[in-house]
Amino acid sequence: MRRIPEEKIMSGCAISGILDRKGRRFSGEEIIKSIALMHDRSNGLGGGFAAYGIYPEYKEQYAIHMFYDDLQAKEEVEDFLERHFMISLAEEIPTRKVKAITNSPLIWRYFVLPDQHKLEQANLSEDDYVARCVFKINDQYRGAFVVSSGKNMGVFKGVGYPEDIGEFYQLEQYEAYLWTAHGRFPTNTPGWWGGAHPFTLLDWSIVHNGEISSYGANKRYIEMFGYKCTMMTDTEVITYLFDLLLRKHKLPLELVVKAVAAPLWSEIDRMGEKEKKIASGIRAVYGSTLLNGPFSIILGHKNGFVALNDRIKLRPLVCAEDGERLYVASEESAIREICPEPEKVWAPRGGEPVIGLLEGSSEEWL
Amino acid sequence: MAVIDARGIYYRDLNKQVKELVDAGERKVVLNNINGQRYLGDGLKGPARLVINGTPGNDLAAFASDIEITVNGNGQDGIGNTMNDGKIVVHGDAGDIIGYAMRGGKIYIKGRVGYRVGIHMKGYRDKQPTIIIGGSAGDFLGEYMAGGRLILLGLGLEESEPVVGNHVGVGMHGGVIYIRGEVKPYQVGLEVKVFEANEDDKRELRNLLSDYCQEFGYDLEEVMNAQFSKLIPVSSRPYGNLYAY
Repeated sequence: MRRIPEEKIMSGCAISGILDRKGRRFSGEEIIKSIALMHDRSNGLGGGFAAYGIYPEYKEQYAIHMFYDDLQAKEEVEDFLERHFMISLAEEIPTRKVKAITNSPLIWRYFVLPDQHKLEQANLSEDDYVARCVFKINDQYRGAFVVSSGKNMGVFKGVGYPEDIGEFYQLEQYEAYLWTAHGRFPTNTPGWWGGAHPFTLLDWSIVHNGEISSYGANKRYIEMFGYKCTMMTDTEVITYLFDLLLRKHKLPLELVVKAVAAPLWSEIDRMGEKEKKIASGIRAVYGSTLLNGPFSIILGHKNGFVALNDRIKLRPLVCAEDGERLYVASEESAIREICPEPEKVWAPRGGEPVIGLLEGSSEEWL
Repeated sequence: MAVIDARGIYYRDLNKQVKELVDAGERKVVLNNINGQRYLGDGLKGPARLVINGTPGNDLAAFASDIEITVNGNGQDGIGNTMNDGKIVVHGDAGDIIGYAMRGGKIYIKGRVGYRVGIHMKGYRDKQPTIIIGGSAGDFLGEYMAGGRLILLGLGLEESEPVVGNHVGVGMHGGVIYIRGEVKPYQVGLEVKVFEANEDDKRELRNLLSDYCQEFGYDLEEVMNAQFSKLIPVSSRPYGNLYAY
């Protein structure tokens, strides 16, 4: 899995996302069409999808998607899973042969609940228990990677163009109310199966265009809270920051955005007293969570998504609304490919979050 | 006139087809059902006219010379990148870095534009590029601007929608930016001074805007009947001696 490509081809990443705010599910065909339109933004070294709502029959259980290098790795991890979880289903994730997709790992999924006895012993919440197991596998098991670990969601990714990855995983056969997608052009880190986007933890998934120049500072900070960065790329740290701030520290989304895409000090100086106090307080307490460098991201969650740019908008992001649907993408044409005449199209400002919330879910993203 | 149904045609094949037509002497090419094809009209040497129906992809008309492009739809990022001459008319909004390093010709956008529009556009003697934007613009308008003219009108905005973002003209050392309405001192770069447009400026504006207003059916008198801010750099070539000592 850890193979480093030999040449670089100039391009830029692509991201796309579709949410049905009423929670109506639709197949993966649309998101594949959307991301495929931006084919030339990526270079075949990574593509992937996050899908929410795809496992209604197992929606109370954690769906663990796994990559294995070989059967021995699989055996060792399954041994670990059996010791820590009640497994109600273990199966190979169906794939079809696609000419462009080669060197795929063994790809499996498990529907699990924490072992009650172990959970009590650990004295952790279910989510924390699962997160800890995910880090343990990624950090300590050779040739094995957790691809996703949320409930009623899953990530499908690999080395290839996203449309080929979508075909490989037969995504037209899944139905989700929220899809996100990524076409990768690796810049600083190798293109390998585990390094494709989305990056996940529990229900969170991130697709990202850009690079995080504050990665070192963010990594050192997040590791103090027990997170481990093992994927050899900057994007994974974003996922863990959102998990820490939203799930663990229970900050409202609005404040989380003020932390990771903090307003410039010159803007804070012009704010009213109360706003100024909040913004500078957040910058003081959560300075190490500031994401510096060019980015556009889509954070996926069971309640919806947040799309966000860096503060000075060094990467593209376009949004559109049509009925119950909310779309985001790196290019307007990627939205129009699947929704030719949306009711509203706009480009958010740098640091201005675009929030798509599933009807009936709370703003608090716990 | 040649008409091409571009639905689903890969950008390379499409651009090749257009180039062959123009090289063979075709003066007008209509492209229907465009969606996301990039580099349309790039490096094309006219005289020729393209009519694009749909949403063209990034870097429309890069390096173009002496061609006229009409877009019936919204544009994306990088329109007129290093454009040499010609005219682009977009009947909609457009994205970021419009007119990047542009050195000649005209770009007219009817609606809003994104960030860094007119970044590093330049002018030399009578070769002065012009960008005119009907709606609002994001941050870093005219960043590193070295020449040419950028005009922002702020027409048809929603209530309390600012005409322009922050960091206007940061690093600017040539050319001029006109903004219809007021600009706050904190919105502009340190190298830039804001003046109220005087009668000479208004004459220049009227000249530049009459063609623009005709294209989009705006009332020139109504557009002119407002205060215009004029932004120019307060020093020229501030880094001219950077390597001299």
